[in-house]
Amino acid sequence: MTANEKKQLMALACKIRMGVIEGTHSAKAGHPGGSLSAADMFAYLYGKELNVNPADPKWEDRDRFVLSKGHTAPGLYAALANRGFFPVEELLTLRHVGSRLQGHPNMNETPGVDMSTGSLGQGVSAAAGMALAAKYQGKDHRVYTLLGDGEIQEGQVWEAFMFAHHYKLDNLCVIIDNNGLQIDGRVGDVMSPYPIPEKLCAFGFEVVEIDGHDFEQMESAFAKAKATKGVPFAIVMKTIKGKGVSFMEDQAGWHGKAPNDEQCEQAMSELRAQLAEVEAM
Amino acid sequence: MADVKKIATRDSYGNALKELAAQHDDLIVFDADLAGATKTGVFKKEYPDRHFNCGIAEGNMMAVAAGAAAAGLKPFASTFAMFAAGRAFEQIRNSIGYPHLNVKIGATHGGISVGEDGASHQCCEDFALMRSIPGMTVICPSDDVEARAAVKAAYEHEGPVYLRFGRLAVPVFHQEEGFRFEIGKGEVLMDGTDVAIIATGLMVNEALEAGKALAEQGIHARVINLATIKPLDEELVLKAARECGKVVTCEEHSVIGGLGEAVCGLLSEKCPTPVRRIGVNDEYGYSGPAAELLKRFGLSSEHIIEVVKEFCK
Repeated sequence: MTANEKKQLMALACKIRMGVIEGTHSAKAGHPGGSLSAADMFAYLYGKELNVNPADPKWEDRDRFVLSKGHTAPGLYAALANRGFFPVEELLTLRHVGSRLQGHPNMNETPGVDMSTGSLGQGVSAAAGMALAAKYQGKDHRVYTLLGDGEIQEGQVWEAFMFAHHYKLDNLCVIIDNNGLQIDGRVGDVMSPYPIPEKLCAFGFEVVEIDGHDFEQMESAFAKAKATKGVPFAIVMKTIKGKGVSFMEDQAGWHGKAPNDEQCEQAMSELRAQLAEVEAM
Repeated sequence: MADVKKIATRDSYGNALKELAAQHDDLIVFDADLAGATKTGVFKKEYPDRHFNCGIAEGNMMAVAAGAAAAGLKPFASTFAMFAAGRAFEQIRNSIGYPHLNVKIGATHGGISVGEDGASHQCCEDFALMRSIPGMTVICPSDDVEARAAVKAAYEHEGPVYLRFGRLAVPVFHQEEGFRFEIGKGEVLMDGTDVAIIATGLMVNEALEAGKALAEQGIHARVINLATIKPLDEELVLKAARECGKVVTCEEHSVIGGLGEAVCGLLSEKCPTPVRRIGVNDEYGYSGPAAELLKRFGLSSEHIIEVVKEFCK
């Protein structure tokens, strides 16, 4: 990864975080915490990894992305808008009546959204179905899906993992956002899903663990994913919930709460400073 | 009558899939460890590379099918009605219904006629559950000819379809030649104006038998087959209500939420008409031979005759 490429991804991640804050502030609702923990991954996916075309969102041979942790739609929407699927200003319509930006992703409303999700544990199955379909159709595009660490408490997730391994879906890349928090507290306290990588290995996945705020580690993880044949691939990324906004970091309370005017202004000034710093690099 | 051919509609389902697959590469089939019973095994034998067993994991199967449909395929996802409409309700609602994806749910072993397996497997709630999902088409064919035609119509239809088939072999009363099936259109099998008997699934043949016996006793019933429970053929039901003045509904399903309530809902708003609902009366089934259970639960021509005679007094 060149320094310039990294700089651009960092800038994109800042813009995605700004979209999350402004969108949830405007909606007076939504899920900033998990959107911010995954913001760097959204930036990498839509800034570098995914083969998609904003001018033709339904292009048959595009890579698919399924946001299984659908409540972090503000992060996905901000990534799509910044990639050119729709105007960035539209992020302010999040959760408003008549908006294309529903509280949870709707594939029939929002350009670039490949699957309607929101009920946890189902997106990963749909992604597995897309990967199976690609194999059946003889197509070589790839399917990516992002899950929360709380989400994997859903039994269906493990049904999907079993399915992905059974059908040798090496065109499927599962990403788990291990920010360590869910609505009721620490995932380890609510219902421990740990150890995550070991469980995925036992289900037959090739697994890598990375820092979910490090683009270079993402680059090598995705390269390894593409080189892996015969089994599905999983990236378990350690992240900080609320990353990038000081008062939201590692706070379960910011899972599903919107910032008020004052909090929005503080968050935006922090993010503007980060962006200025990146742009000065 | 001893020579009447009997075929279970689950067999019709497997055979129709096999026939359709020959012309359509985009048709694939998912099953959840019940291929032998749902008869998707008939398809699998011919097209092993297009049949995907999901194991005993129905929720995953429905959402996997949704993903395959989002990728442009036309998947049929099969298991027993109990585990399709029941266990996987929320996956069907959120991953198939809400995005209006082209998944066809082939649910076999509907109703009391599952027989010996008993209450845990006798699903009498699937019409109610599936009807409540916006945009879902709900079909329950009455015999082999109609079932095979319904599978083909479901394939051609854009959007999700729930098809309910039975385990029990039932008489084939439709003639293959010239038979046409149209989603949302009912069928008048016998004309009359004393009472309208509106039935679905295996109760259609019972209604026909009852209609014939009642005619001999001077009560001329209009017997209607409503294979499509949603969308309801409103025009046909309203016409029957206006011309007959009395309606009896018959279904192998709870009287709560199924065909009977769909008809009552329509009539109470557009043409208030006295109705009697024949179905499972808010109770669970139990083990026993299917034919005996159907009689015990009043899902028989004898019971229809009894209800109609009392109703027409």
